Amino acid sequence: MTPFVFLALLQDGLTSGAIYLLLAMGLLIVFSVTRVIFVPQGDLLALATLTVAQLQAGGVPGTLWLLDALALAALLGEIAGGRTTRRTLAAWLIYPAALTAACWFGPRTDPWFAMLLGIAIVTPFGPLAWRFVFRPAADASLLALLILAMALHFVLAGVGMVLFGPDGASVAPLTSATLMAGPLAISGQSLAVVAICAALVGGLRWFFGATLTGKALRATASDRLGARLVGIDAAESGARAFALAAFVAALSGVLIGAVTPIAYDTGFEIGLKGFVAAIIGGLASYPAAAAGAVLVGVLESLGSFWASAWRDVIVFALLIPVLAWLSLRQRAAGEP
Amino acid sequence: MVARVLAAALATMLAATVPAMAQIKVGVILSISGPGAAMGVGYKAAFDFMPQEVAGQKIEYIIRDDATDAENAYKIADKLIAEEHVDALIGPSLYTSDVAVQPLANAAHVPMIAMAPLVPEPAKFPYSFADAQPLSLMVSVVFRHMQAQGIKTVGFIGFADGWGDQVHAATVQAAAATGIKLVADERYARTDTTVQAQALKLMTLHPDAVMMGNSATPAVLPVAALRRLGYRGAIYGNHGIVSPAFIRVGGTAVDGVIADTSPVAVYDQLAADNPVKPVATAFMTEYTKKNGAASVNPFAGYSYDAMLLIAHAIPAALTRGKPGSEAFRVGLRDALEATHGLVGVSGVYDMSPTDHNGQDTRAAVLVAVRHGEWTAIR
Repeated sequence: MTPFVFLALLQDGLTSGAIYLLLAMGLLIVFSVTRVIFVPQGDLLALATLTVAQLQAGGVPGTLWLLDALALAALLGEIAGGRTTRRTLAAWLIYPAALTAACWFGPRTDPWFAMLLGIAIVTPFGPLAWRFVFRPAADASLLALLILAMALHFVLAGVGMVLFGPDGASVAPLTSATLMAGPLAISGQSLAVVAICAALVGGLRWFFGATLTGKALRATASDRLGARLVGIDAAESGARAFALAAFVAALSGVLIGAVTPIAYDTGFEIGLKGFVAAIIGGLASYPAAAAGAVLVGVLESLGSFWASAWRDVIVFALLIPVLAWLSLRQRAAGEP
Repeated sequence: MVARVLAAALATMLAATVPAMAQIKVGVILSISGPGAAMGVGYKAAFDFMPQEVAGQKIEYIIRDDATDAENAYKIADKLIAEEHVDALIGPSLYTSDVAVQPLANAAHVPMIAMAPLVPEPAKFPYSFADAQPLSLMVSVVFRHMQAQGIKTVGFIGFADGWGDQVHAATVQAAAATGIKLVADERYARTDTTVQAQALKLMTLHPDAVMMGNSATPAVLPVAALRRLGYRGAIYGNHGIVSPAFIRVGGTAVDGVIADTSPVAVYDQLAADNPVKPVATAFMTEYTKKNGAASVNPFAGYSYDAMLLIAHAIPAALTRGKPGSEAFRVGLRDALEATHGLVGVSGVYDMSPTDHNGQDTRAAVLVAVRHGEWTAIR
């Protein structure tokens, strides 16, 4: 292997790793606040790519109508329960209406407009999943929540297939520039992916460290009962966690959709790699998950070069020593 | 006038009652949903153009969806045979489903026409036929083109699944037959998002050309990666990539990619003396009138040819027994095996007791992407 090949592989691995990192962050946020392993995150990623691709092609994506319908159902539910506040009205009436108007009258073929609009359309599916699927079962066992998440994955994959058909689609890249570093061609899109990922991690750090909402989320994550005792609304925290996860998934979809075509069933496997990264972080530690994501990305790239048919075996086999070590450490710490 | 109306009404009523007694039941198993849906749409749409009556017998089509799952296909075939008492099976359209259904159909003596590139084994499964081009035929046509271009070394990249393995096996065979050296076997998964590493590996081996064992839009990945890395050699694919979606997703990066395909996919570009041209043109003109100009696909052609083969065999089978009887099904099988020189939209069928596919190079056309269109190469 020449240094050129190694650097090219490293570049590829880091780009994938950045996407896995974003997804791992989303998984960690949701898991720590609500104990849900958010499997359908990968499907949201695919829905985002397909939505933006359809917008850029001049179409009105089916996800918009789905959002409108679900938001209306959520709104009616709030009204029936007598819980209508200014916030629920803004979330489930004004926001979807504004998006529909923007899609209808806005310049949706404009690449940037389409990307922002696509992310804005897919993000609410996070809180909607919480509202309709996970919140009613918030006190269920970890296993029940995981089964619900798996079921939702199949539903969302089916929805993606019905709304967008079985073919893959790509979105316009953020930049088509290519940087030459010696013999190595670094695509501008790869740099953009890594830069946006770094910015987002920084942004999340600030959000959790400096804002009241972020601190409330952290409080819920570290002690659910304690948080409730000091007046933090657990349901509200859950909705926010899901919104964050859906947002990073949608953003990942837009970023990766420019590098590779995404079909309705592509997202699950990407999400799975993010999950491996999150597990390396013990589903608790953000820095460890970040390191795990980069490790998965680079290992995957090198594995593809050496033994392409065994690539996924190599990546998923990584879980065995990690899980063994995590369980040994846990036993040493005196937990069951 | 009144008498004529009455006569017409009587005729309609008779027509409505008669087929319940004498009709031929054709069971159809397609992958209309699930991962194979992109192709299933084409297979299914052809049934709008099927004959409703052959040799005075009404035909009843019972179309079922196996959801791209061989286990489903098995259950459906079991029901079609045991409960519906079908006289023949069209499909399954999925390779793995064909393999699963084949023993069942043969045990019940129901002739089946597989629509995936299944290689029939008449000695073992006398009731199995296939109307899709065998991969070895398709890939050999591709390799003959390579040979004519003076290509000496080829690197393979394909899916890490059954399809990739099948194309790879056909590639090994064709490479040996043409004296071309195979220098690499790189794999990736359908759902992968990058093949940069595999493309780099291919680049380091400097093959004259690359052969791809993939299908549909995920086939764009290696082409894009190789071109981005500056690979200048020719890139070849199999018929699994020949669809408008491949070009829509691939854009200018896939310009120049060469692949084999079924003649019906480029029916309007076939040479005037191609025997398939008039049949394929007649079918596709009707098909595109209903489904739009962009709906041209090879899969509808396999459904159409399967019924063409069955319809061709029905008159001879009727002399052996009544529809619904075992004698009729055995007669159908014998007549199918005796098919000679039948021109379909996917090629010409010349069956024999040792060849239950019967296609030759007239069933394969080479196409290349030029100016964003699949264009036939003469």
